[in-house]
Amino acid sequence: MINLTNINKTYFSESNSLHVLKGIDLHIASGEYVSIMGASGSGKSTLLNILGILDNYDSGEYLLNNKLIKNLSEKRAAAYRNEMIGFVFQSFNLINFKNALENVALPLYYKNVNRKRRNMIAMEYLDMMGLRDWATHMPSEMSGGQKQRVAIARAIISQPKILLADEPTGALDSHTTVEVMKVLRELNANGLTTILVTHERSVADETHKIIHIKDGMIENIEQKK
Amino acid sequence: MNTLQEIFAGLKHNKLRTILTGLSVSWGIFILIVLLGAGNGLRNGVTSNFSSRATNTVQTGAGETSMPFQGLKSGRTLQYSEKELASVNANLKEAYSETGIIEKNATITYQSEYVAYQVVGCNPNYESIFNLKLEQGNGRFLNRLDLEANKKVVVIDKKIQDVVFKGKTALGEYVKIGSIMFQVIGVNTKKNRWGDGKAYIPFSTAQLIYNPDRKFRSIAMSVKGLETTALNEEFNDKLTHNMAQSLRFDPKDTQAMWIWNSQREYIETMKIFGGITIFVSIIGIFTLIAGIVGVSNIMLVSVKERTREFGIRKALGAPPAHILRSIIIESILITSIFGYVGMMLGVGLTELVNYFLMQSAAGNPDGMSVFKDPTVSLNYVLISTTILIVAGVIAGYLPARRAVRIKPIEAMREE
Repeated sequence: MINLTNINKTYFSESNSLHVLKGIDLHIASGEYVSIMGASGSGKSTLLNILGILDNYDSGEYLLNNKLIKNLSEKRAAAYRNEMIGFVFQSFNLINFKNALENVALPLYYKNVNRKRRNMIAMEYLDMMGLRDWATHMPSEMSGGQKQRVAIARAIISQPKILLADEPTGALDSHTTVEVMKVLRELNANGLTTILVTHERSVADETHKIIHIKDGMIENIEQKK
Repeated sequence: MNTLQEIFAGLKHNKLRTILTGLSVSWGIFILIVLLGAGNGLRNGVTSNFSSRATNTVQTGAGETSMPFQGLKSGRTLQYSEKELASVNANLKEAYSETGIIEKNATITYQSEYVAYQVVGCNPNYESIFNLKLEQGNGRFLNRLDLEANKKVVVIDKKIQDVVFKGKTALGEYVKIGSIMFQVIGVNTKKNRWGDGKAYIPFSTAQLIYNPDRKFRSIAMSVKGLETTALNEEFNDKLTHNMAQSLRFDPKDTQAMWIWNSQREYIETMKIFGGITIFVSIIGIFTLIAGIVGVSNIMLVSVKERTREFGIRKALGAPPAHILRSIIIESILITSIFGYVGMMLGVGLTELVNYFLMQSAAGNPDGMSVFKDPTVSLNYVLISTTILIVAGVIAGYLPARRAVRIKPIEAMREE
């Protein structure tokens, strides 16, 4: 599913440059449940952004579902994101003036699905998250756990190939963390390739494979189960 | 359709932002139209004051010499006679209708009412030279026969009729001017710009009564073909030289005679109003600029505060061009709808003011007004509205283009 070969990424600022990723080689097969761990500044978020086609890399090769992801136009990148990648963020990133249903339906809008149909599909996904009754609520009226489940519903509504979660439980208490992790585990059990970035050991332990990153390099890969 | 639904949903959820943006657009256009209307009203008002007066009148009066000339000492009191009147007709081709004028203050008495007014002895040309207005039912002005027969007839201004006759019709009545009875043959309804009412009697009669020496102090004439200030100066010069030769005074003697040239005054005033037009236009342009800045500012803020939203949309697979298009359509919608509202309010207000001005003017058709028809032509309205709309769209587009260029990951970090 994912093939990274010698990925390098350097951030340039006015005075100095920062070599964030130093030749990352990584293979993630379809259906895997992987976590990326590392200290802050280790490059784990940059890696996730590159995987999510939110950021470019300088050299190397990134194959996603056998498609070369390199030097894409904004339009192409947006289309790939829409088609193949679902995002879950630490800060949820719901659009605050849209209700839960509209937030979930948004990716379908960019797939040119008409409103009636996309609202219908969105309702199914909300239902799947146990949030049917919250469909017309605005994000500000929901708890963190609910917001994250809305975000997950939104991430998977376009049936992506991979789900990328950046500290999905970072803003949640331990109870809702368990709740959200259960959802992610179930999604993975249904065959969705899932990659999450975390610095919580307990969260990482839920996954099947832990990739430790340090100073822009893969330190070791911890195989669970 | 899909896009429009999405845009309207967004606008509906952000009512305050939408209304603020819209109001700034409406306000800009409203103020612009009202200002342009006020400027136009001022100009129309003053122009119409001029158009009701003859704009081609020159009047000259004899004075007292202040310089010795050809052996004659200074301090002579000059007076015109038939000779000067004839020389104007003969020597000045621009003057085509003239009259000698004898002015005297006299008491006009009717029954128990008596008031002092200015009595003007003149010939029939006076009516056209000073644009008097004798409407149907108000009799006639003096004619040749009145002059030839030295008739004791008088035409009075409406003001005199109002005061002396207490609103009764004066036509056919007899009034005493000084100690002589005159029959009223006409009432002039044209209002004077200054002074009280006047009574007009035949020139020949006035000479008999007041000036047995057949001299008089003033000549008025209509002129034509004097379109520019320079031509008017030239005409005034020629008139002075003509009189100087006839009455033997130094043409450089400014005290010897005076000339009042309404044509020149008209041209001068029109120049001032050209200036006012420019002034109003400049105000209009600055208002337009202020409007553009206001609209741009709101657009800029509204786009900036949506950077995060754009980032999320991009992460979810929105192509940048798609977001841009939405913003542009959105700003076109807002500026057009609210621009239209502002336009209608502005036009409505100017038309309303115009309506009330017309109402008040209806009771007083010859009244002086400094303000008239304060409306703006539809072309100006449409052009300025279009400019504001285009400006609003550009103002929305530029920051939006920058906002969508920001990487989604950075945009989403924005708070």
